[in-house]
Amino acid sequence: MTGCQPKGPEQERGAGIERTGSTTAIRRYLRPRAIPTPFCAGCGHGILMGAILRAVDGLGLDFSQMLFVSGIGCAGWIPSPHFDTDTLHVTHGRPVAFATGAKLFNPALKVVVIGGDGDIASIGGNHLIHAARRNINLTVICANNQIYGMTGGQVTPTTPLGARTLTTPYGNAEPAFDLARLVVAAGASYVARYSVWHIRPLIRSIQKALQNPGFSFVEALSTCPTQYGRRNDNPSPLGMLQAFKESCITLERSRTMSQEELAGKTLIGEFVGG
Amino acid sequence: MTLEPRASIPSVLKPGRYFMQGDEACAEGAIAVGCNYYAGYPITPASEIMEHICRRFAECPGRVFVQMEDEIASIASVVGASWAGARAMTATSGPGLSLMLENIGYAIITETPCVVVDVQRAGPSTGQATRPAQGDVMQARWGAHGDYEIIVISPWSVQDTYEQTIRAFNLAERFRVPVILLMDEAVGHLRENIQIPEQTEYLTRFKGAGKPPFGQAEVPPMPSFGDGASLLVTGSTHDGWGYRRTSSAEAQATLVERLTGKVLNHIPEIVCTRTHECQETDLDVLLVSYGFSARSSLGAVREARAAGIRVGLLRLTTLWPFPSGAVRSVGRRARLVMVPEMNRGQILREVQRVLPEAKGYNRTDGEVITPPEILSAIRGEVGR
Repeated sequence: MTGCQPKGPEQERGAGIERTGSTTAIRRYLRPRAIPTPFCAGCGHGILMGAILRAVDGLGLDFSQMLFVSGIGCAGWIPSPHFDTDTLHVTHGRPVAFATGAKLFNPALKVVVIGGDGDIASIGGNHLIHAARRNINLTVICANNQIYGMTGGQVTPTTPLGARTLTTPYGNAEPAFDLARLVVAAGASYVARYSVWHIRPLIRSIQKALQNPGFSFVEALSTCPTQYGRRNDNPSPLGMLQAFKESCITLERSRTMSQEELAGKTLIGEFVGG
Repeated sequence: MTLEPRASIPSVLKPGRYFMQGDEACAEGAIAVGCNYYAGYPITPASEIMEHICRRFAECPGRVFVQMEDEIASIASVVGASWAGARAMTATSGPGLSLMLENIGYAIITETPCVVVDVQRAGPSTGQATRPAQGDVMQARWGAHGDYEIIVISPWSVQDTYEQTIRAFNLAERFRVPVILLMDEAVGHLRENIQIPEQTEYLTRFKGAGKPPFGQAEVPPMPSFGDGASLLVTGSTHDGWGYRRTSSAEAQATLVERLTGKVLNHIPEIVCTRTHECQETDLDVLLVSYGFSARSSLGAVREARAAGIRVGLLRLTTLWPFPSGAVRSVGRRARLVMVPEMNRGQILREVQRVLPEAKGYNRTDGEVITPPEILSAIRGEVGR
């Protein structure tokens, strides 16, 4: 695993504006030709993209020995083509399976899968739970915006009960997956959930995921004002971020709350391996 | 375009005579030509390939075996491993091939060398898992969506399975394409003697750093993950460096024409056929066949010749791209061309595009075609 070790404290302090994790520092991980990103105004995926690169920069990983695998959907475009290292942009739902092959054949690669809730949890759900069961050394970051954004706003397995989407015009009749708990149950050795509002714990959790020598899963709750917010009485990007601030409760705090108080809340924190 | 070195490496199995099953010969051929990644999912009648590879990989350091959760994951991990530098393979039967086809299309557009073995059984759907058929000929050719060319090879014996598996790997590397080895249950479960040679032909992947991995050259160089090439691999239409070009008519046309051209422009190198008993300039009957049906056809040829009918066999090893040149040149010498196959005429229709009068001899009952029934069909046609 040479090239994937954390930097010493001297390097981490850095100098001047090239401070570790700064916007200037993370620009070097991007392909200039790929900027600007294709994301809609107010999309949370840009925040997540920054968080992933800040996590990488903070750990001082050798970016050239990292492989980012992504599938189809808005989140699949976070690494491809933006990240200036090896990227594998594959068929819908299958990035975890492609990543498994690359990692098994070349274990020195630091392999990260980035995908949306549709990609990772719906069409790709089988690969997700089996990779977690194998506890293979992959990091999977699921950008969960609770909607199929790219195809126009259809319901996903993580859309909340009652939410309006293009295919649930009278409200979603199906309960949502609790992805973090699903992956815990399947056998992953590091699982965390944060939102793009909770940026610092999100970056720290991505760093822990990258360092965990087994299957790591970070569910990053993201915003889609374009396809989700505007159909669900929260059309502004800031409003959606504030909704995360209000609805997300840390696991620690949740232990002091009653079932009634927890109704409608989303638990965040490290579910296993913290 | 340099794709050297084309080397010869010592065989892994000790050279000599072995008594082996077709599925095992496939696994041994893969091992001989350096297959170092196998992912698969159990399915009759292909499971023996996976079982044999699993046992043998444990004895050969540096080779990775994994049983995946399904066939979709199997081919996906094969493609991922190939980009990480592996010579990768999976094997399945019809139902599994149906599941793999989307990612075989992905391997086509991303130009990923890999070998997919389909040991055909009777279908459609679950059909008859233990019975032979040749019903996947068109699925192997056209199963993924979009315009593309693919290489499909059909062995007819245990020895041929060993040799054609080696050839499949080398063709995959040479043209950066998935190659389908289209076996059938009867060949897969057949046991007979095979001769393991001293040496195995081995084509090394051309990595060519600094050159566009998806353009300019007909078969562009292919670096691996971790080589520092900052690879942009995508299943979307892309330019030479892998940037998505999803609304450029020029990028779409350029890519499709190059992907198809790199196969169609090299037909002599890819196509492999053989004639048996075609020594006369004019034949009463020419049988065109492949896989297990070619064995029965050869039996019928010998019986017919003993009865004084001049019958020959053109055996197709490469099914796709279709060897229309060989079919035309040999077929013209015969008064009648007949195509025995265990399906409803999938190769017959290709033969008829060249020789419209060709007739089929078909079985779809999950039983192999026998020499006497072909002979009787020949007698019926020639009136002797």
